[in-house]
Amino acid sequence: MHNKDRIKAFFTLLPSIILIGIFVYGFIGNTFWISLTDWGGVAALAENPVRNYAGLTNYIDLFTGFLGGGFRQDLVNAVFYSVLLLAGAIGIGMFLAILLDSKPRGEAFFRTVFLYPMSLSFIVSGTIWRWMLAPQGGVNILPEYVGLKPLTFRWLSSTGTILEFNWQNLLQLALYLISFFLIIAGLRWIKHNPNRALKWLLPGIALGGFAWLGGDLLPKALFMEETHGFNTATFGIIAATVWQYSGYTMALYLAGFTGISQDLRDAAMLDGATNTDYYRHIALPMVRPITISAVIILSHISLKMFDLIFAMTGPDNGQTGHPALNMYLTTFRANDFARGAAIAIILFLIAATFIIPYMISSYRQRRAGK
Amino acid sequence: MKKTIFTVFLTLAAAMLLITPHTTCAKDLSGQLEIFSWWAGDEGPALQALVDLYTKKNSGVEVINATVSGGSGVNAKAVLKTRMLGGEPPDSFQVHAGQELIGTWVRADRMEDLTPLFKEQGFMNAFPEGLIKNIGTDKGIWSVPVTIHRSNVLWFVPANLKKWGVKAPNSWDDFLTIAPKLKEKGIVPLALAQNWTVNHLWESVALASLGADNWDALWAGKLAFDSPEGVKAWELFGKIIEFTNQDASSLSWQQATDMVVDGRAAFNIMGDWAAGYMSTTKKMVPGSGFGWAASPGTAGQFLFLADSFGLPKGATNRDNALAWLAVLGSREGSDAFNPLKGSISPRTDSDLSKYNDYAKSASADFSKDRIVGSLAHGVSANEGFMNDFAAVMEMFLKSRNAAITAKAAQQTAVKNGIGK
Repeated sequence: MHNKDRIKAFFTLLPSIILIGIFVYGFIGNTFWISLTDWGGVAALAENPVRNYAGLTNYIDLFTGFLGGGFRQDLVNAVFYSVLLLAGAIGIGMFLAILLDSKPRGEAFFRTVFLYPMSLSFIVSGTIWRWMLAPQGGVNILPEYVGLKPLTFRWLSSTGTILEFNWQNLLQLALYLISFFLIIAGLRWIKHNPNRALKWLLPGIALGGFAWLGGDLLPKALFMEETHGFNTATFGIIAATVWQYSGYTMALYLAGFTGISQDLRDAAMLDGATNTDYYRHIALPMVRPITISAVIILSHISLKMFDLIFAMTGPDNGQTGHPALNMYLTTFRANDFARGAAIAIILFLIAATFIIPYMISSYRQRRAGK
Repeated sequence: MKKTIFTVFLTLAAAMLLITPHTTCAKDLSGQLEIFSWWAGDEGPALQALVDLYTKKNSGVEVINATVSGGSGVNAKAVLKTRMLGGEPPDSFQVHAGQELIGTWVRADRMEDLTPLFKEQGFMNAFPEGLIKNIGTDKGIWSVPVTIHRSNVLWFVPANLKKWGVKAPNSWDDFLTIAPKLKEKGIVPLALAQNWTVNHLWESVALASLGADNWDALWAGKLAFDSPEGVKAWELFGKIIEFTNQDASSLSWQQATDMVVDGRAAFNIMGDWAAGYMSTTKKMVPGSGFGWAASPGTAGQFLFLADSFGLPKGATNRDNALAWLAVLGSREGSDAFNPLKGSISPRTDSDLSKYNDYAKSASADFSKDRIVGSLAHGVSANEGFMNDFAAVMEMFLKSRNAAITAKAAQQTAVKNGIGK
């Protein structure tokens, strides 16, 4: 009987498997194949275009070519954008959820108000935020209403950059970051398990030291100097996205908090815990799965962000570019299909590095739970 | 039995007689005509006027107006590409005449040569020679231009200029002398807007710096971008950018024109659609309310862009499409469309009484000036170059280094098949 069930299950799933196999994985494979050719340029749209196999030239060109500078800046933008979006949306969402968890008056009203921005289309919110962040009006003249001087930050048209670095030193920076995380991990264990802590700390310090002293020995990532950094023009875009998604993370956390049984809370209060203690030691650790899923979903959204940036700063703004926007323009405006496909595959791989470990660990958890 | 067969035959014969189209009358077209364009918003009434004219002449044809809205065709072009790649081309589609069409579709062998149509309809004599040179290649002519817009126009408000005691500059050196004085008074010397308007400004400056001959040589690949002349153009551009407004990238082109209208800025370089904006939306009178001149240093040169329609290979209703193209290029057609759109006719024999004052002056210029192709609007360079040029411009705006930018521009040109 067990076998019969499995066969029935297989046949029920078969149509979905076939469709996904063709339309998702088949096309991903096709895109990857296109990115390995040189399809693009002048006769790209012919009935039978000439496509020669070109290996990984497109990828190498994107990372080390002269004209790939825009793509590299877009990648840096995407990294900062994702990190700040996660910090902002999760931080603010958590804060709002904690506030609403104490069930104040009008909780249902506030919940709706906070969740509402998520229902707006990105083009709508992008256009309105663009008007609000116009340097001559909008947000900058708000302080005048309380008698202060108007702000002078140029928001979306600002050209400043902070945390500038030279792409040539990319390898050195990567080593710095790795050693930083190793040291932090080591410091976490130092109180409870000094031996284990040393296992993390020693390599971290060694790597950091090597990167600092021997940085010049490392190979240069680019043949010429190219400064990249966090463009302050992206502040406006991050603000708009955080505004739109804080309600979503708040709803997730609220659901999580309501799921914690009231008995646990009462017991904690009886034991003398303050509200802060309750949240810090009990509630937040219990909603860790929610934090993880919020991180995955928000990082996914930030990697694919297109319409908000298109609406706020237009297609050709180098300060606020993003790989997804770059891919669309490269493929559909410049007819450079192979290069656009390469950008798409790179985005795909970055998204996969977030999702695949999560899926593997949740699969393992479920198997262990069985 | 025999009677049944006979009746069946009779009915079939009668039916065939009714269905068979008349082969005697060659002009009677029937079927459908699908035209694809991005004229959905303000230009809708103008397009409708053309469609009405066509339907009057060919009443048997049903015109399907497949527009995709979105400024300057950003969305329409993407939809068109998916349709062409999918093997169902529209019967005729709107495209910027020049390299935007040639680089994308002609090189891909997707368009039909329209030289026979041009000869038959007399377009070879009706359009200026400079125009035909720019929209065709040595292998043929690929589209019928419907409208002509001019790119190198300097806009200002005469009353304001008198108030500030300055005159419209004839050359960029003149501009660079009066700009600091304007800046001291707190007026922005040159209003600028986002993205593409910077490219638009660049082509006026580069044309002034290079001259018309060098400009043509640049796009034919004979002059390199990183030659001394090319670098000089970028240097001049860098000096001029200093006198534009700091918040340019957050403004739309209309807002930059508004700056001139309101008196916050002195000059603005924009195509002549600004005339339509100022006269229709802002209700200003051409000549007294707003004034214009050729952008400094380009007097006698007409930097044009043309919207046109072409005939893709494999169009289902080819004859209907050819009739449509004939209407577009005819005197009646272009004089029905252009006054409503605010552009001028590509024909040298258009009826000027239907046009406003600005259009009359522009038409006069078009017939006698040296015609050169615009870069920012798809005449001089193909789409691949245009896309990469945006990155080159961004590089310049960030680094303000003329030499490196000129080198990058040359690399881009070589990559896209312009220049060696």
